[in-house]
Amino acid sequence: MEFKRKPVTDIGIDEALNRVDEEKIKKAIQWTLKKEASARLKIFVETCMRCGMCTNSCHHYLGHEGDPTYAPAAKVKQTIWDILDKKGNVSKEDIKKYARIAFSECNLCRRCVQYCPFGIDIAYLISLVRRLCCLIGVVPQYIYDQVLSHMQTTNMLWFRQDEWLDTIQWLEDELRAEIKNGKIPVGKKDAEVLYLAHGLEAKYMTGLLTNMAKIMNVAKVDWTVPDTDGWDYTVKALYAQDLETMGKVIRTHYETALRLNIKRIVIGECGHAFRTAVYEGVRYLGWKEPPIPYIHGVQFFYELIKERKIKITKKIEEPVTIQDPCNIIRYRGMGQMLRYIVKELCENIIEMSPKDDHNYCCSAGGGMIDSGPPWKTARIEGGKVKAEQISDTGAKIVIAPCHTCHKGIEDLNVYYKLNVHVKFLVDIIAEVMEIPEEMKP
Amino acid sequence: MEQFLNDPSIYTLVRGPLVWLAFIVFFVGMLYRIFTTLKMAKKEKVIYPYLSFKYTLRSIFRWLMPFGSISMRKHPWFTIITFIFHICIIVTPIFLTGHMELWNESWEISWLSLPVGLTDLMTITVIVCLFFIFLRRLIQKDIRFLTSTSDYILLVLVALPFITGFLSHHELLLQYKIMLTIHMLSGELMLIAIPFTKLSHMFMFFLTRAHTGSEFGAVRHSRDY
Ligand code: SF4
Ligand code: SF4
Repeated sequence: MEFKRKPVTDIGIDEALNRVDEEKIKKAIQWTLKKEASARLKIFVETCMRCGMCTNSCHHYLGHEGDPTYAPAAKVKQTIWDILDKKGNVSKEDIKKYARIAFSECNLCRRCVQYCPFGIDIAYLISLVRRLCCLIGVVPQYIYDQVLSHMQTTNMLWFRQDEWLDTIQWLEDELRAEIKNGKIPVGKKDAEVLYLAHGLEAKYMTGLLTNMAKIMNVAKVDWTVPDTDGWDYTVKALYAQDLETMGKVIRTHYETALRLNIKRIVIGECGHAFRTAVYEGVRYLGWKEPPIPYIHGVQFFYELIKERKIKITKKIEEPVTIQDPCNIIRYRGMGQMLRYIVKELCENIIEMSPKDDHNYCCSAGGGMIDSGPPWKTARIEGGKVKAEQISDTGAKIVIAPCHTCHKGIEDLNVYYKLNVHVKFLVDIIAEVMEIPEEMKP
Repeated sequence: MEQFLNDPSIYTLVRGPLVWLAFIVFFVGMLYRIFTTLKMAKKEKVIYPYLSFKYTLRSIFRWLMPFGSISMRKHPWFTIITFIFHICIIVTPIFLTGHMELWNESWEISWLSLPVGLTDLMTITVIVCLFFIFLRRLIQKDIRFLTSTSDYILLVLVALPFITGFLSHHELLLQYKIMLTIHMLSGELMLIAIPFTKLSHMFMFFLTRAHTGSEFGAVRHSRDY
């Protein structure tokens, strides 16, 4: 069976390859596989018994059933094993293939790891491939652009500091249309909570930020947002495995919180940012645990609802289903909390199968959606099983507490005609919570 | 050993000194591999600080228990075959009456030995299981894609001591002593190969499970099974 794919053009890969030579490739391989990687690489490669227990666990394989080149171990075979077999003497064509596999055929969701008798961490091996591609400068252009933005501005969309402050001001104005004297405190010292936003919440999806502000105000949380760069919690460098930039972004977040003397950081509904902040980035910086608590939207809402800081007045009646984002469920076990929240908000819940930490990835995660339009087909094909899962529930609403899952499933919705609405928790909560009389304008 | 010195021949060689050699290489090789791996793992700063005894045990327990993981439940046939196979391949040589006599002869130690009929059956089981595993490798597309020649060689390496053991015991095909020599030789070869080939999964299993089990349990708060 051969590796057969339709050609895709991505200047971040194709043109970048024109700029490098085989010497540079060899150096990057040496650095990544010899210097940085060690025991895990060696043992995972040597211990894989090629048993195929992991094959059916991967949604990309299920989306291309019968094509063994999409199976998890096969992706390692066609990249890492290949490099090792060739003793690092690989061609540009090889790198192109590796980059394609690593960036567009694996979401680093680690579902296959749960299926391997030896717990071989395929996602780790694939991220090594991404790492070496990144060191050569071969990364899908859409990811690369965001990483460069992170390097310079600490946010994903080249937002300047004054634009951020300006945005907060007009969002506060809008908030006051719904909440009397509603506030979005900026750079307030000693606050309980520092809220970081998704880059898109400052530009295209401002409704999310307003809704969060609404909840903060109603729940009377002592909160603030940063008055400097570092307000955007996303860390796209994780996708490129640009570890240096990843470390810089995470450090900025914690430093901002410490400078303002904040008790804990709260973010919205995002998967990769949470995982990076809670361990990937933290480990890179040489810390064992985050220096101050870093709370995900799901954990935060769970607290607010459980402690009755907000009251839910009406429940959603339409049938809903729950998307378990890998980065907070398989990567942090929030399945039960998420279900608690959804039960408080909705009458009629129909679960997907499998669910919780055995759930399938949305096929958009791990940077696949960030690879942009050239790779959309890859993720739509890989999302076939997710689409089937959703359509089997018959639900009309999919609650997806993750930006990536959200957008990924919206695209699946259109392509596979699922006829569902994809919602964030923050939007539902803002819609169904009680706003006390005295807070109404 | 003595026997070889008194009467040097291939038969006494494989029966004496080579057995010693094989066991020494096996044990020392295994310890060496474990030691170097543990040492190498230190270089990766993300392994030791997160190791959790509790989740290591959980992980190993789940994966040594038949159908303890979702993966096994999704592959019932393969699970049944591999469990039977692994049990037989470990138990048969250790509790075989013939081997026990050898232990007794040179060390004057012995432990429970299984009835000959049973070990005979278990030997056949190993061979049949290996045949299924071979077929699976050959036929199933995804596995075939992963397979290289060395995987087939390993299968043969593991099958040989069992096949020859069976044949010599029943005095089939070749003269008893010749078959027995081949049997001992192939068994020694397999023992020596364990630490240095994929057969090392026999002990590496515990190390990889410790890491992944701890990552999933202690860091990711989810299941690795
Ligand atoms: S997408 Fe997920 S299941 Fe598939 S190979 Fe990557 S980590 Fe494994
Ligand atoms: S399940 Fe594990 S050992 Fe088997 S082929 Fe997949 S990665 Fe290799």
